Amino acid sequence: MIAELGLAALWLAAALAVLQLVFGTIFTFKSAEKAEFSQIVRPAAAMQGVLCALSFLILTWLFARTDLSVKLVAMNSHSMKPMIFKIAGTWGNHEGSMLLWVTVMAMAGALIALIERRLPERTMMATLAAQAFVGLGFYAFLLFSSNPFERLDPPALEGMGLNPLLQDIGLAFHPPTLYFGYVGLSVAFSFAVGALLTRQVTPDFARAMRPWVLGAWIFLTVGITAGSYWAYYELGWGGWWFWDPVENASLMPWLAATALLHSVSVLAARDALRAWTIMLGVVAFSMSMVGTFLVRSGILTSVHAFAVDPERGSFLLALLAIYIGGALLVFAVRAGSVTEGERFSLVSREGALVVNNVMLSAILGVVLLGTLYPLLTEAFDVRVSVGPPYFNPVSAIFALPMLLVMAVGPLLRWRHDNAKRIRPELILIAVLGLVTLAGVVAFAGIAVLPTLGIALAVVVIVASVMPLRGRKLRLLPLATWGMVIAHLGIGVSLLGMASETAFTQEKLAAVKVGDTTQVGPWTIKLDRIDPVAGPNWTALEGVLEASYRGGKPVIIDPQSRNFWSPPQETNESALITRWNGQLYAVLGREAGEGRWQLRLWWKPLVTLIWIGGMMVALGGALALIGRVYTDLRRRRVMRKAVERRSEASA
Amino acid sequence: MKHWRYFLPLAVFVAFIGVAAWQLTRPRDDFVHSAMIGKEVPAFDLPSAVGDRPGLSTANLKDGKPKLLNIWASWCIPCAAEAPQLARLQEAGATIVGVAIRDRPEDVAAFLDRYGNPYARIGRDDLSKVQLSIGSSGVPETFVVDGNGVIRYQHIGDVRPEDVKLLLSKLEEAKR
Repeated sequence: MIAELGLAALWLAAALAVLQLVFGTIFTFKSAEKAEFSQIVRPAAAMQGVLCALSFLILTWLFARTDLSVKLVAMNSHSMKPMIFKIAGTWGNHEGSMLLWVTVMAMAGALIALIERRLPERTMMATLAAQAFVGLGFYAFLLFSSNPFERLDPPALEGMGLNPLLQDIGLAFHPPTLYFGYVGLSVAFSFAVGALLTRQVTPDFARAMRPWVLGAWIFLTVGITAGSYWAYYELGWGGWWFWDPVENASLMPWLAATALLHSVSVLAARDALRAWTIMLGVVAFSMSMVGTFLVRSGILTSVHAFAVDPERGSFLLALLAIYIGGALLVFAVRAGSVTEGERFSLVSREGALVVNNVMLSAILGVVLLGTLYPLLTEAFDVRVSVGPPYFNPVSAIFALPMLLVMAVGPLLRWRHDNAKRIRPELILIAVLGLVTLAGVVAFAGIAVLPTLGIALAVVVIVASVMPLRGRKLRLLPLATWGMVIAHLGIGVSLLGMASETAFTQEKLAAVKVGDTTQVGPWTIKLDRIDPVAGPNWTALEGVLEASYRGGKPVIIDPQSRNFWSPPQETNESALITRWNGQLYAVLGREAGEGRWQLRLWWKPLVTLIWIGGMMVALGGALALIGRVYTDLRRRRVMRKAVERRSEASA
Repeated sequence: MKHWRYFLPLAVFVAFIGVAAWQLTRPRDDFVHSAMIGKEVPAFDLPSAVGDRPGLSTANLKDGKPKLLNIWASWCIPCAAEAPQLARLQEAGATIVGVAIRDRPEDVAAFLDRYGNPYARIGRDDLSKVQLSIGSSGVPETFVVDGNGVIRYQHIGDVRPEDVKLLLSKLEEAKR
């Protein structure tokens, strides 16, 4: 019964989405005659959120109880799995993750329907209609091609388990985080389409859209950062970014959202970059959808094994064609009638933001091309694999100048500025950068990219706190703090990346119990090998004594695990984190004659990569809080003013 | 068209949809084929992997007689599954030489005791160097190499009973 209830809630939500689409559209084009139609759209959106949430909770319940009469549960769960992983299993599969997607989207729709009142009603209705239109495609996808509540008759005796690699706390929260990001961008997409249809591209529109872009961007930042760390310690390869199609699928929306975030600020503050902002609004969500399509349809091969199904692929492609194609068509037809807005000179805050936007878009293009290139060449029967040798240098061509502009941009004034005004700062930045560059070249002698990376990181770190100079820190708006911390985070992360790339030391050794080996400043002794057992695995655990520069030894225990349902072998790496880096140890196979393979890395400053990433997200969160707070206050002041005016005229 | 540039994103997207749709409708071939087909095997000289069979070098492959070069390992289950087919190929007159990947002599000996030994020579490739150099990405794989050491054909995966005939005909072709 319970599963059927979930399905019924989903159908009802889909029906409400139809209602929302039809009434919203009629209102958009005939607002004069059908004014009452707007009354039904907001409640429909709100109710949809409730129904989807109910449906998702029911699926979670089925997973928590391991209801094996439900096919999805039987295929993906197991009664012996720890509870947290049973629950995470809800969205650890195709159907469940699509339901999560739809749920988050419906709840976002409900939220804008309930709280967003500052835009013209027509724009709002067009936005909600667009949101319903996008939602409907995903409802159809779920209900017709990926029903999560499908029954299994007779019920299975035991579930088929979960990929043991995915039995990790990181997995429980990594995909949902990215989904929140993607869906937040769907709201920005709907806003963009709504504004285009009603030709209302105004600073108010930018302010309404901004929290959603910011929110989505924070989730994407956290998701990418966490995903990178997860891959780093879980896969046991010691790498933190592989330019894998699935990683690129999350990076591309992030790049678009970063550009959008900055251009929407220009639109909100200065009423400029109208068409460009709309275009980015469409592109950001499109990138989320293209990414989802690429990894779910199986047309690109990836280390991330998703259930691959050509029928689903075709369905997603059709959705893609309708939504993105439709939105880009509306853009092509309408963008010309949206004037570009205010002008500004190149040397100004806007000018710097435009350069940043162009560079981000170029990087986006580079990543997109690299990801799709294997598809293109296959059309000519050539198999290629595109990897770091392409992505690293080519994206750096655009990333390096972009970061330089990012360092300088916040020092400039809006509309028009003079480079002479900030000459002392520019000189300081230039000298600092050159000195670091010379120092690294002279003393370290490392590859070109990491050398530039380190110099640039120092420049960015110093420059990003410069906007604080000469200001009363207590009075500084939260949004400015957010910008400073986010930019600082980029510098910190860059320093980590460059340092890891340049200074990592690796050792592959076959060690007897009792023997020691060296990697970088570490001395590592293999103390013993112990058999250990977990709830659904057995493992060999290497007990290592690691000492840093002959100091007090620390015990670490990497494992080589064997899961038995389904049978699979994984490596659990063991880490020692110091302020100046991480020791990373993996236990391999027995190498014969009582020797064991050990894979060891010393990675100086590697943790800065993720610390920086979290700083970027924190900066975003501060900006979001600051913006929402200012918006609320602005609204209160406006309302008071209106009241006073009406009192005065009464 | 006054605002033609606004149509650019749409045009790019339409192209993407076209390529993606075309890709979706094509049957997928998940095998990675060797780029070495039609080329001479790179020079190598592997020591013997097991006591009673000599090792394998490029010179052995250039003795004028076409051969089957079988990439395998004792730890590989499909390799055990293809053993009867290799035996049949040998009975039909094929010369089979093997390269044991990341293996130990005692394991190789145990495997051959159990599943039979169709190999004239077995080289020991502990780091997969030879395997990678001839463009093989997994075990088992079977290559047809002609008398001049040129790779003529690659079979990916275990040799099934229905593949035996095809491999024999490829060997026959390689004689020419």
